[in-house]
Amino acid sequence: MNLPGPETFAANARAALTDETLRGALRRATDTFAERRGAALAGVPDWEELREQARAVKAHTLARLDHYLEQFTRNAEAAGVHVHWAADAEQACRIVGALARQHGAKRLVKSKSMATEEIHLNAALARDGAEPVETDLGEWIIQLAGETPSHIIVPAIHKTREAIGALFVEKLGIPPSSAPAVLAAHARERLRRHFAEADLGVSGVNFGVAETGTILVLENEGNARMTTTLPRVHVAVMGIEKLVPRFADLEVFLRLLPRSGTGQHLTSYQSLFTGPDGGREGPRELHVVLLDNGRAAMLSDELLRPTLGCIRCGACLNACPVYREIGGHAYGSVYPGPIGAILTPQLSGMERAGTLPFASSLCGACKDVCPVKIDIPTILLELRQRAVEGTRESPAARGGTVERLAWRVWSLCVAGPRRYALAARLARLGERLPFLARLAPPLAAWSTTRERPRLAARPFRATFRRPS
Amino acid sequence: MKRRVALFVTCLADQLWPAVGHATVAVLERAGCTVEFDARQTCCAQPAFNSGYQEEAKRVARHFVEVFEGCEAIVAPSGSCTAMVHRFPQLFREEPAWAERAERVAARTHELASFLVRELGLGDLGARFPARLAWHDACHGLRELGLKREPRQLLAHVRGLELVEFAAAESCCGFGGTFSVKFPELSSAMLDSKLASLAEQRVTHLSSLDGSCLMQLAGRLARQGAPVKTVHLAEILAAR
Repeated sequence: MNLPGPETFAANARAALTDETLRGALRRATDTFAERRGAALAGVPDWEELREQARAVKAHTLARLDHYLEQFTRNAEAAGVHVHWAADAEQACRIVGALARQHGAKRLVKSKSMATEEIHLNAALARDGAEPVETDLGEWIIQLAGETPSHIIVPAIHKTREAIGALFVEKLGIPPSSAPAVLAAHARERLRRHFAEADLGVSGVNFGVAETGTILVLENEGNARMTTTLPRVHVAVMGIEKLVPRFADLEVFLRLLPRSGTGQHLTSYQSLFTGPDGGREGPRELHVVLLDNGRAAMLSDELLRPTLGCIRCGACLNACPVYREIGGHAYGSVYPGPIGAILTPQLSGMERAGTLPFASSLCGACKDVCPVKIDIPTILLELRQRAVEGTRESPAARGGTVERLAWRVWSLCVAGPRRYALAARLARLGERLPFLARLAPPLAAWSTTRERPRLAARPFRATFRRPS
Repeated sequence: MKRRVALFVTCLADQLWPAVGHATVAVLERAGCTVEFDARQTCCAQPAFNSGYQEEAKRVARHFVEVFEGCEAIVAPSGSCTAMVHRFPQLFREEPAWAERAERVAARTHELASFLVRELGLGDLGARFPARLAWHDACHGLRELGLKREPRQLLAHVRGLELVEFAAAESCCGFGGTFSVKFPELSSAMLDSKLASLAEQRVTHLSSLDGSCLMQLAGRLARQGAPVKTVHLAEILAAR
């Protein structure tokens, strides 16, 4: 399936805007999540202090991540975990693929994980002849449909239950239904079979604890619990930024994450793993794949580093007026919404994703809801500047060159009163010549949907009188 | 003692809505201030800054600092332009001398409602403005300057005015400067979502403390032929 990338964001967004079903589904879902979040916060009087604590823990950890990675590795290995290091997506996929082969595992079950989406693990495993099955209900729906998630915690947010019903009829051959309980029952029946047969389970990680080598997986459906306990082998893929120093640090994040994401006080399941239990009840082997994939490079840049504090709650997506109109697929990247607009250019490079930092009105709603206080608007501005600097170095696109020249002229006009007055006079002249307006693309773009403002006959400066 | 205030009228009000500038002067004078207008002033540099053109933004920001650094208080009828001035130190972070000058100017630059309520401790300016009015919480005023209570406090004292709260009051209008012309359809979709939430309120007026948001809102309302008028906060407070 050929999916649009971030390069064509503008066209992707235009296409999304014409899809009324998508927009209706998005509006209902993002409204619901935003309301639930609001209600969940109402019961936490020290919310702002918690946010500040979380921000501080993340900032501290990221500033000394090498130390905490060593500590985590040491303690996890002491508990019997096999720790692997993956420099990039390809290497991470190779490690998981090799583990599957080594254990003769053809049938794999997976619980929801953004890191494995990021490295496109399913496609890599399928190329190896393995059959990974997503077991989070939303992810499973997306996998059946051959699509990609459009939200960090609600992968099928863009789908109505009618669309899911139709998909189940087509793919599973069930009698037509759009009743959530009926559809969920069919999913449960199918997924239980997969759990029972699977040889290897793949999960993500919400938090890794350096001082104990523990990993924590949060979820609501019980599918991650089964993915990580029923198969003989459990492989957890964890972005290196997921570490916290102490076990006690989990408390603050466990209060922030579920409330921010789904508006729950706590997720239904919290699974903590400190090494395998040797196959007595759970898997015989536990592997943790530490994923870099561009993260270490992000650490070295102090202005952009807070991006790595993200705990993938999705609150910024639900709050974002851009995301709410177009959904996740328009971003053309694994991570959509405001966090995607700052994370994707750093992970995939400016050349591919340089448009995304501009895909925001800079309203700041994301910053307000972020549980770890990532200043997304400031990082968007920083990335915009770097995107522009990139075009300075290699002015490949003609639009880039024209735009650069336009801003240069603008700044020269506006940086002095005489030039400013002259430019204003010229603009008044131009306004009387309608053909000029057609030559100015911004005016044309404005006027497609909105009436154009008119310049005043005389500016304020010409009419102001000093008070006596 | 009368407070001396330097008006930063903003380039948009200067060129598009001089009435907003005059209303701001009238309100500040009624609040007991002496208003000065330095005609060397131009723009806050935000269009270039938000578009990623740092050097171009610095050129304009330096001019702003030079014009206003001798002033005790600078007041602008815009939350967005004020927030931009507050970002000057960040813009000059690699030029300590300019950063210091920018810091001083930023600390003295206030949005109008914020100045009236926080600095002067005023609420009632004796205004009369008969209207059933909805308030748009402009993003930069709301989230960068924390202005939620202040404009409402001023509006509560306006005779004849009925303030109507609506669900999407805090939602972005979709303007976002160059965002509105880079992604016109997306910008308009955001605008329509906002206005849809307003439709059932049957208001006569829609107001805000930022002219740029009002330009976006008015542009769409006019295209739709909707009977709602847009009016800047300064114009309401100046009305008798």
